[in-house]
Amino acid sequence: MLAYIIRRLFVAFVLLFVISAVAFSIFFYVPRLAGASADDLAGRYVGKTAGSEQIHQIAVKLGFTDPIYVQYGRYAKGIFTGSDYDTGPTTVHCPAPCFGYSFITQNPVWPDLKNRLPVTMSLAVGAAVLWLIAGVATGVLSALKRGSFFDRAAMGVALAGVSLPIFFTGLLSLSIFSYALHWTAPGGTNPMDAHNPFDWAHALILPWITLAFLFAAAYARLTRAGMLETMNEDYIRTARAKGLPERTVVFKHGLRASLTPILTIFGLDLGLLLGGAILTESTFSLPGLGQYAVIGLQNNDLPKVLGVTMVAAFFVVMASLIVDLLYAVVDPRVRLR
Amino acid sequence: MTACNSKSKTKDTASSTSSAAATSAASSAAASSPAATGGASSSPAAESSSPAPGGTATAEFNAADGKVFKETSDKGGTLRYANSGDWDSLDPADTYYGYSWNFIRNYGRQLVVFKAAPGAAGAELVPDLAETLGKPSADAKTWTYKLRAGVKFEDGTPITSKDVKYGVERALDKEAFPNGPTYFNDFLDLQGYKGPYKDKGKDNKSIETPDDQTIVFHLKTAFAGMDYFAQLPSTIPVPAAKDTGAKYKEHVISSGPYKFSTNNLGKNFELVRNENYDPATDPDSGRKPLADKITVALNVNSDDIDNRLQSGDLDIAVEGTGVGPAAQGKIIGDPKLKANADSAAIARLWYTGLNKDVAPLDNEHCRKAILIGVDHTGYQRAYGGAIGGDIATNMLPPQIPGAKVIDLYEAGTKPEGDPDKAKEELKACGKDGGFSTNISYRAERPKEKATAEALQQSLSKIGIKLTLKPFPAADYYKLYAGKPDYAKTNGLGMIVAGWAADWPDGFGFLQQISDSRVIRATGGNTNIGIRLPAVDALFDKALAETDKTKREAIWADIDKTIMESSLALPGLWAKGLLYRNENLTNAFVNVGFGMYDYAAIGTSKK
Repeated sequence: MLAYIIRRLFVAFVLLFVISAVAFSIFFYVPRLAGASADDLAGRYVGKTAGSEQIHQIAVKLGFTDPIYVQYGRYAKGIFTGSDYDTGPTTVHCPAPCFGYSFITQNPVWPDLKNRLPVTMSLAVGAAVLWLIAGVATGVLSALKRGSFFDRAAMGVALAGVSLPIFFTGLLSLSIFSYALHWTAPGGTNPMDAHNPFDWAHALILPWITLAFLFAAAYARLTRAGMLETMNEDYIRTARAKGLPERTVVFKHGLRASLTPILTIFGLDLGLLLGGAILTESTFSLPGLGQYAVIGLQNNDLPKVLGVTMVAAFFVVMASLIVDLLYAVVDPRVRLR
Repeated sequence: MTACNSKSKTKDTASSTSSAAATSAASSAAASSPAATGGASSSPAAESSSPAPGGTATAEFNAADGKVFKETSDKGGTLRYANSGDWDSLDPADTYYGYSWNFIRNYGRQLVVFKAAPGAAGAELVPDLAETLGKPSADAKTWTYKLRAGVKFEDGTPITSKDVKYGVERALDKEAFPNGPTYFNDFLDLQGYKGPYKDKGKDNKSIETPDDQTIVFHLKTAFAGMDYFAQLPSTIPVPAAKDTGAKYKEHVISSGPYKFSTNNLGKNFELVRNENYDPATDPDSGRKPLADKITVALNVNSDDIDNRLQSGDLDIAVEGTGVGPAAQGKIIGDPKLKANADSAAIARLWYTGLNKDVAPLDNEHCRKAILIGVDHTGYQRAYGGAIGGDIATNMLPPQIPGAKVIDLYEAGTKPEGDPDKAKEELKACGKDGGFSTNISYRAERPKEKATAEALQQSLSKIGIKLTLKPFPAADYYKLYAGKPDYAKTNGLGMIVAGWAADWPDGFGFLQQISDSRVIRATGGNTNIGIRLPAVDALFDKALAETDKTKREAIWADIDKTIMESSLALPGLWAKGLLYRNENLTNAFVNVGFGMYDYAAIGTSKK
């Protein structure tokens, strides 16, 4: 077990290294291949009246004039040892893992990521709890009451949930619940400014529900399909024939067997969201990692985008590892070696 | 960059195509709003005072355009701003957004400033930190400003000319402050001086401070419009001891009526009254610090901003570019909502460059065929109709002092184009049956795409076939349309573009798009192909002309020369639909910025 975890962590480390190299190349090398010079790239980060000399100064300052492997080496080194930055009158040190400096705001990326991570975690974890409970419960009930009104209604709502984009449901729910009824917090309310858990939850309840609505729909359909298949298995019939209570049959033998694919998807979904729920954060103006990535993209601020990419990759890789470990708990047939 | 807004100030600027061209009669009267009040005290809420002559307290369409809506001196409450993006920088040395220059007057005082007043008065420069406007030498190369006595930083330290000098000098360092304008870098006689960080301890002879109240600028070339440079945010004083370079934006030391109480970069910031601001030292700017507190939320969803403005949950969309398409339709269609809106003219031109590097547009007759044959109403529809702007006959927007209507191609009288006359030009060009060329636009901008399609459709009627070429907005000028070699090699005959003035003046509007000497072979050009020696010579003449009226006449001459060259197809003089939240008091559109004046606006919500 321990050897398995160590081996997986090593693989995860290699994977993150590859992801960082590929992402860095996409952002900094591909434009050069397309014919952009170092000054062309630097021209994005100066005011509109900047002359050639100033643009070149910025190209040198941002390191664009160095070979790409030197640029990547500097970036990678910054992740392990931190990096220094000239602010003008002084030089400031950004401790590891620095993830570079924003080309626009000239701030180190890591403190921004650290600062925004709690918002994204609050959003992702809260919504995940909601969608997991709502989605799995709805799926189980639908499967057990197959063909009933509840089943049809639940699957109809689920279809709507999967179909409606968050920027639609989000803005609609804000208009109704925040601005017309004043029940929920307006867009842009930062949950981390809350002074107590109630305010925190109040700021997040609408984003949670909106995000969970989308995912719960998919989970309900997935759970229903899994449960329908499992409940027709021979061992379920055997369990019932042995006289086990229906509750035990459903939850211990039926649901547990159906959980494996749900667990896989859940791990990846949660990992991805922890790297930034871009649409939800943008719609509700939540200052999380997803919004940070959007700001970076809008301004061609590549270090920001790269930083979020790395955090997202880290969470997905870790979530994948945790899911693999949980397989052994959920499904006794799985053994980790 | 900054935008401006004023309805026609002179007969010359009254375009026949302008649907709202005659609203400024009341402007001048309303312009004389009471001098700034402010300070630390705040009175309880009260009913708004009666509006001044020309002002109004009745909610109606354009009630705050050219006049003051709910004029008052009542203080109190919190003004809530939101920005759909991030602020470029709060540092006076590093900001270049128009709304930022509008807002910065709340926490900084430049040497001179555009007056906080409605109508044409908003384009007038008045002394702020300085006692008077600049006093030039005979050759307009040396400019002297005398500072007012008794002005203090937020910590109570008196502001001296050395603080202003330091503010300007640090802004010269474009490695530390890459975003800000480069006018001082370009015009000061720096003799190699690179700013206080790189040349620490070195004397900068281009700025002298003979005493604590006097600052003298030495330019390397004559520039009669130096006061426009003196209104740049980089003339806001910065105490050298508190300067932290690129990190100064985290806590800018205030010299204005408000100071920062919190600042979470990328998220939000808050301003409260600066108890060391003395309104007695600010008699000319028109500032009216009414609210007790100002909050600004950053990176807020733009549709959400529009919804919150209408629900009263938010007071001002700080970018001032107008509501989005969804809200625009709703507001225009609902008389009650429309009564709370202002269609503000902005000193921005939507236009299309005609690239003479690409044949057959090297022939002026082929270019003239386009200018005469195009359907200008299609251009206007691409921007949402009249609400998006007025059909432009020439380059200079009407609110720029000196602007004249120059309708050489009858855009005003025949807005749908004159196909017969256009065909004659095609004949003269040797292209009887028409010709083909490419038209570029920014892919992420649906209105520019619609423009390209509208031009494609209307010009096809005279046999000119356009192929649409979208490019990424972020690199449009840097790598594609603004890079002469690329544009030529790839046959970009027509280049859809837009331009807003750095300040409401002919130089601020025209220089970066029509002086050929700003064109760089490396790209990043906003001058997309106007290379006319006559225009360059006129710029030189204007820079040395100290008589304002004569100088303004030269801007119109430049405009006319450009139009005669047929190197640009003017599309629209832009407008933005601003939503005026019911809480707002003392609201008016400032000509200098083309949005509500953020140094004078207040709220009735206490």
